[in-house]
Amino acid sequence: MTSRPTAAQQLRDLARLRRVRDRIDREYAQPLDLETLARDAGMSAGHLSRQFRIAYGEPPYAYLMTRRIERAMALLRRGDLSVTEVCFAVGCGSLGTFTTRFTELVGMPPGSYRRQEASATEGMPSCVAKQVTRPIRNREAPAPEPQLASPPLPT
Amino acid sequence: MNITIHSTFLPHDDPETSLAFYRDTLGFETRNDVGYGGMRWITIGPAGQPGISIVLYPPAATPGLTDDERRTIAEMMAKGTYATILFATKDLDGAFARLQAAKVEIVEEPTEQPYGVRDCAVRDPAGNMIRIQQLR
Repeated sequence: MTSRPTAAQQLRDLARLRRVRDRIDREYAQPLDLETLARDAGMSAGHLSRQFRIAYGEPPYAYLMTRRIERAMALLRRGDLSVTEVCFAVGCGSLGTFTTRFTELVGMPPGSYRRQEASATEGMPSCVAKQVTRPIRNREAPAPEPQLASPPLPT
Repeated sequence: MNITIHSTFLPHDDPETSLAFYRDTLGFETRNDVGYGGMRWITIGPAGQPGISIVLYPPAATPGLTDDERRTIAEMMAKGTYATILFATKDLDGAFARLQAAKVEIVEEPTEQPYGVRDCAVRDPAGNMIRIQQLR
């Protein structure tokens, strides 16, 4: 039997999870994996995965991939980078995994998204383009939460 | 009507560490420091802008909260989802270098964002999200 952690301990544990999440936001373009994140946070991979999911609604690897895809959407909209270049620029080592996850989250493969976005905002005032192309974070997640990594946008 | 923004509030869970961050790392001045019942409300702000302040406050002292709500606020602060503030500076890279040198928790290095700003993100000691954008 394990005893219930004290309130102070629980807050320390949450702060530790916050640092893992912030690290994902900061280093998403690096080859991060669950084992590295867990080891550096002084936890087992299983424990980190479970606790992170309880705190943030999705496991760390899903959060990492969402962060990468979100950044990839922004890079693809620029139109000057190929899908492969974008895939590696956001830290994905496998084009297959990148394409699969991108398609799941965005609803179309990265190549189609790039073509669509390149023509969609043509001739549109930049303030309008900014509004309509705003990335929607993690749209497949059951309980969407506001995205920490970007500020509230003026509406 | 001509209304200015006078003060905004950010929670702290340790007055001395939060004060050290805003005063020593960001270079803000201390304008007021009120203690009551072992808790502190500290008013700070950027030098040269006396009209706008931040009050660092103890969230547990807010009247009318239930114990559950107090616990939830403390947990949200710890997991980094409670409060946010946006700053701006002409010298983002200088500000970021200073934050990095002070071993502040970095969330994002200066980045050109798709929504048209260049900014960086860090945590204050209480877990509040601080984003600093470049004035241009």
